[in-house]
Amino acid sequence: MWKFIAKRLGSALAVLFAASLLLYVLVINSGDPLKDLRESNADNREYLMAQRVEYMNLDAPWYGRYWDWLTGASKCLIGQCDLGQNINGVEVSGLLANAASSTLRLVVLATVIAAVLGIAIGVLTAIRQYSGLDYIVTFMTFLFFSLPVFWAAVLLKEYLAISYNDWLADPQISLGSSIAIGIVVGLVLQMFLGGSLKRRGITFIAAAVFVPLVLQYSIWLNFYRYPQMGPAIIIVLTALVALSATAMSVGLKEKRVLYPALITVVLVLAMYYATFYMLLEPNAWILLFGLVLAVAIPAVVGRFMGGRLRKAAMSVSVATGVVGAGLTVVDHMFRAWPGFLDVKGRPIATIGSSTANLEGGFWDHFLDNGTQLLMPTILLAVISLASYSRYTRSSMLEVQRQDYIRTARSKGLSERTVIFRHAFRNAMIPIATIAAFDFAGLIGGAVITERVFGWKGMGEMFATGLDHVDPAPVMAFFLVTGTAAIIFNLLADIVYALLDPRIRV
Amino acid sequence: MSTPNKNLNENEPQNLNSVAEVEDAKLAQIHEKPKSQGRIVLERFVSHKPAMISAVILVVITVFAFSSIGWGPIPGWWGQNFYHAGAVVDGGKPTLSLVPAWLGGEGIRIGEHPFGQDSVGKDYFALVMNGTQKSIIIGVVVGLVATVLGTVIGAVAGYFRGWVDEILMRITDLFIVIPLLVLAAVLGKMAGASTGSIIILALVLGLVTWTGLARLVRGEILSLREREYVAAAQAMGSKTSRVIFKHLIPNTMGVIIVNATFAIAGAILLESSLSYLGFGVKAPESSLGLLISQYQNAFTTRPYLFWWPGMIIVTIALSVNFLGDGLRDAFDPRQIGKKRRRRAGLFALPTRKEKP
Repeated sequence: MWKFIAKRLGSALAVLFAASLLLYVLVINSGDPLKDLRESNADNREYLMAQRVEYMNLDAPWYGRYWDWLTGASKCLIGQCDLGQNINGVEVSGLLANAASSTLRLVVLATVIAAVLGIAIGVLTAIRQYSGLDYIVTFMTFLFFSLPVFWAAVLLKEYLAISYNDWLADPQISLGSSIAIGIVVGLVLQMFLGGSLKRRGITFIAAAVFVPLVLQYSIWLNFYRYPQMGPAIIIVLTALVALSATAMSVGLKEKRVLYPALITVVLVLAMYYATFYMLLEPNAWILLFGLVLAVAIPAVVGRFMGGRLRKAAMSVSVATGVVGAGLTVVDHMFRAWPGFLDVKGRPIATIGSSTANLEGGFWDHFLDNGTQLLMPTILLAVISLASYSRYTRSSMLEVQRQDYIRTARSKGLSERTVIFRHAFRNAMIPIATIAAFDFAGLIGGAVITERVFGWKGMGEMFATGLDHVDPAPVMAFFLVTGTAAIIFNLLADIVYALLDPRIRV
Repeated sequence: MSTPNKNLNENEPQNLNSVAEVEDAKLAQIHEKPKSQGRIVLERFVSHKPAMISAVILVVITVFAFSSIGWGPIPGWWGQNFYHAGAVVDGGKPTLSLVPAWLGGEGIRIGEHPFGQDSVGKDYFALVMNGTQKSIIIGVVVGLVATVLGTVIGAVAGYFRGWVDEILMRITDLFIVIPLLVLAAVLGKMAGASTGSIIILALVLGLVTWTGLARLVRGEILSLREREYVAAAQAMGSKTSRVIFKHLIPNTMGVIIVNATFAIAGAILLESSLSYLGFGVKAPESSLGLLISQYQNAFTTRPYLFWWPGMIIVTIALSVNFLGDGLRDAFDPRQIGKKRRRRAGLFALPTRKEKP
């Protein structure tokens, strides 16, 4: 195993080196770095040209410049990165640190959302092949595959951001539109939950009645400007998650899993009150620590109470705990929302990754970053979701034809066990490799998203650098994306070898 | 032993002595013509409705785009052209209207400028058709180049194994490590700078997008080269090129064709993204991506300038994707029928009662 990793790392480094050489030569030759100066009428034109020649070392031959860059970049291995200077003389390493944090925020969130939702949808459509849900989801998937990112971005900006901001000034939902929304939600929900005609009918009617009532109630409460969610709702929702997670994994009859989950719900309530004042003005470390606790404590509870069903008890409790902790954070965000709207009247802005000079506490900055993050994340996630759900669907269909699934069914196992314990796990193996490729590709694809939304991220660095025929930022971009691609490919291969015993490494 | 030859075409009880004779009897009853594999695939493709609808849509769009304003020396049937600036009539609004007069609209008419006019008065329909032509040409050329290159490289790597395989796979890795958009942007800038021609851009883009197909073809060839007909051909002394091109590649045609269509769809989207960033097609040439990037800020005031090119890109890409999906289903030999199976729901209780 270690020999395999070492060999792969070695050849990966060689590929990275060759690729960097190729890219450097291509970028240098892709245009004239002095073009804008040649065309200008400034008096000190000659001086500016000479200065730029000196900054970018344009007199040296290409291998000289490449060697300079390479020696600077390899110092990264010792921790003193010298990635050169861009066309204005600014150190690229500083620019990279800022840019990378923006881009990574965007890409990681989009990947996680896309993966979770995409896999869930893929599994659902694979189980219900050829149903109405399958056709509609397939069509939507193809539609999202075929959307040009920048075109969809403009549409999103118009309908999600500008219209929402206008609506938020005076939130109103007319009775007619709430009923229409209720009917649509009812139709979608009955398609997702499936079942016999009677069950679908009940689902549809329940949704079509419940949703307009909720919408009208929320308008009466002025929920969209003054949201509230007290501990009561948190407890109800967390309990629902506990019950459904238990039902979906082992069934409600198993007390050994149900009881730890319910205990976790009570713990969530206790923690809500205990951390209330601390969370009014937290910082990132407190939130991180809270997340760790939200995973560790339910895991311990589940393990000790689970007995024979330890693993299921642990995962259900952890899921409940994380959801409960998340809802607590959401409650605090709700409390901070009216104050946030006072500082930033039109919350979903279309340009930039954060508002400059925003006054306010932790939650104001958090909400600001969040609302700026919303649209690019939705865009990237939706396009990525399409490919995840397609691959999961075809992988699940492949697995469902296997003999061991037939054996499991003929043994009389419940459908839930057959799907989740046998089919799903085997179908996930190829998805691991796809996730790796997708992440590396998404960083590259973020170039367009950042251009559209005006984020100053790595993609913007690349695009501007290429425009000015400036190799330093482009190479810095490549260094990050190339290293990420190689590491993720290696991880994917290792995970594949670990999960599939037929692959001998 | 009886002779089975005489009575097999009549439905009489026969003296059949072995399983082989029973099978022969069954085969003799079949009166249909045997179908070749190509024929079976074609029939399955034709019965796939979304794919057929997409094929029709694609043909209509292509014919429209190439015939309306003409191509090269052949003139078109649309009166205006896309480089004549003129007077802006009525703020450039589209004169196309589809609501008939008796429903309260302006009557069904095409009018002088059905897609409107741009800021300097050029006819937008002609502009969009020209952009569509360029996008289609680029998409098809890139798809073809990428397919040919990827197939050859993948086949050679898969057939020879050994150090040839290693080197070719390292070169493929090289192209994968650099993000596609990055490489395409850099090469596109070089290609755009030298000439204004889109064919150069298309060739250059094809040189970048072959890697996915190469990996797939290599995988297929790796498994196919163990078949007996390959061994037989080698034993008979066939040249390597003959074995590859006449035996191996035709058997991977399914995978190649399906991925070629997806490559074309991807190429159209890639080219529009590049033109949006400014590294692809540049003025005075036009493409749909360039049109969208020029008019993206006009969305609130003159939305038609933005909707038309975008909708055409989406339609073309969607149709090509559905076409590819139909082809993939047609080539897949393991398709089960379209019956829906009634299975118990996910939350159903077990079907057996607990043991007392």
